Amino acid sequence: MATKASRSAARVMMAPAVVLLLGWMLVPLIMTLWFSFRTYLPLRGGDQGWTGFDNYVRFVTSSSFWPAISTTLVLLIGVLAITIICGVLLAILLDQPMWGQGAVRILVIAPFFVMPTVSALVWKNMFMDPTNGLLAHLWRFFGADSVSWLSDVPMLSLIMIVSWQWLPFATLILLTAIQSLDGEQMEAAEMDGASVLSRFFYIALPHLSRAITIVILIQTIFLLAIFAEIFVTTGGAFGTRTLSYLIFQRVLESQNIGLGSAGGVYAIILANIVAIFLMRIVGKNLD
Amino acid sequence: MGQITLENVTKSFGETQVIPPLDLDIQDGEFTVFVGPSGCGKSTLLRLIAGLEDITSGTIRIDGTDATDIPPAKRGLAMVFQSYALYPHMSVRKNIAFPMRMAGIDAAEQERRIEQAAAALNLTDYLDRRPGQLSGGQRQRVAIGRAIVREPAAFLFDEPLSNLDAALRVGMRLEISELHKRLATTMIYVTHDQVEAMTMADKIVVLRAGHIEQVGSPLELYRNPRNTFVAGFIGSPKMNLIEGEEAARNDAHTLGIRPEHIDVSATEGAWHGKVGVAEHLGSDTFFHVHETGLAETITVRAPGEVNFRHGDTIYMTPRSEQLHRFGADGLRIG
Repeated sequence: MATKASRSAARVMMAPAVVLLLGWMLVPLIMTLWFSFRTYLPLRGGDQGWTGFDNYVRFVTSSSFWPAISTTLVLLIGVLAITIICGVLLAILLDQPMWGQGAVRILVIAPFFVMPTVSALVWKNMFMDPTNGLLAHLWRFFGADSVSWLSDVPMLSLIMIVSWQWLPFATLILLTAIQSLDGEQMEAAEMDGASVLSRFFYIALPHLSRAITIVILIQTIFLLAIFAEIFVTTGGAFGTRTLSYLIFQRVLESQNIGLGSAGGVYAIILANIVAIFLMRIVGKNLD
Repeated sequence: MGQITLENVTKSFGETQVIPPLDLDIQDGEFTVFVGPSGCGKSTLLRLIAGLEDITSGTIRIDGTDATDIPPAKRGLAMVFQSYALYPHMSVRKNIAFPMRMAGIDAAEQERRIEQAAAALNLTDYLDRRPGQLSGGQRQRVAIGRAIVREPAAFLFDEPLSNLDAALRVGMRLEISELHKRLATTMIYVTHDQVEAMTMADKIVVLRAGHIEQVGSPLELYRNPRNTFVAGFIGSPKMNLIEGEEAARNDAHTLGIRPEHIDVSATEGAWHGKVGVAEHLGSDTFFHVHETGLAETITVRAPGEVNFRHGDTIYMTPRSEQLHRFGADGLRIG
């Protein structure tokens, strides 16, 4: 494996992929950095030269910056909490032997295959529509007034939609983790007098901790960039404007590429802080 | 106290009955070994006693009280698993403390019992390590420690030594026997290794396909095997089982003679054959003899170093008082 010849052959063969990936990543990154230091208004005079850190200062001091950050965090934490709690419970449920296990597992994973735009539209029009939605019918069936979900409880609706998409992912990872739990360990705990709940908290949950960290890590990276779900449901109204949506508005709605790029750089920094933070935790769990 | 009685116990998985009706009495303080080939139901039997499997019918009594429907934790039994089943995210101390923590024993008492168990098992220096940082033998001792602190009525061992290498296995075998002498608690030990059974047991239960073939002390089983199965299973190397003319001459269907009960000579004897493989152990030499006209191979044990080469003719004389005679149904005659 590790002769000189095989190592150089490996390098040559890996080179195209590495170059492609580096280019793919570096070109947009450098362009974003470049634009973030320029005044660039495509419809109002185009590229107007250097502005130093003006864009960065303007982005942070704008009245919509901190609300956007808090919206992002609320969405992130809400979705993480729901997907992990429900994911653990679902994984334990799916681990039980039952009739039609294969079919049920595919059904559970199915939402992950639906495109974000499509699932958000399905939720918006089929479930949450205040007059024709399934939920409205359900509410009326029980004699309650139907809720206009996306304007009355916009964040809750958004969290529900995104959680529905990501729950299968969490369930899948946690299910594989739970399947690797040694049956004798559970039996030993049973003999040791641990009740069902104690066995869950003392044996199963610690066993799942690594898988849970991985789910948090991967989901966080994707959830920070949630866009389509907001775009097709509320369009950023009713306090659902996240950081990535704010950047989109700065670039496309305000036609200010410089300002948007500065926001993009903040998003990169934020994502990296979260990633480093989580890597540390994962590293600790990997002992 | 740890007297365990099984009455008419059966176990079926779906249609297949793995344990046909079975009765067994295990006295308080006894070291009982369940031994048999793999798939004979010995582990299932242990799990039935532990309560990890429900029995299909019959009664299990522990110290006279009906324990059939009592959950495993309440039976007062502790089990040591083949894979040790330690909790990997807890330190050795916490592993050992776990059953006491579940039972709500106060912290000072927990600490006292942990120290005591750790001292008895040479684990004092490892109490703050994780199971992953221990060797196989140490993990085994932690598993035993976790069982001891519960002060159970009986210990159940499910092939506890099969994951250890040969040298460690001999050492742990002695440690477990020593522990039994010290604690004088009932122990039930499952193994497929007849050497473990012979060396450790007060009472051996030989199982085949869920049936008890024979129950007795190691030497009882060695001297008076009830049938050809027990005869072939107990003892190492295996007893020679001879059928045909030679057996008929002794009024038996099958004639059994242990390798150590045959005298060898280069010149004269009752039987003769060609030496095949010779295994020199120093203290003993085992010869596998072919072309005897009795059975495919006759194994002979000669004390010390005896020199026969491959292909030499060897003469063998069985000690007549050590012959075992079995009938056509496999049962012992006389």
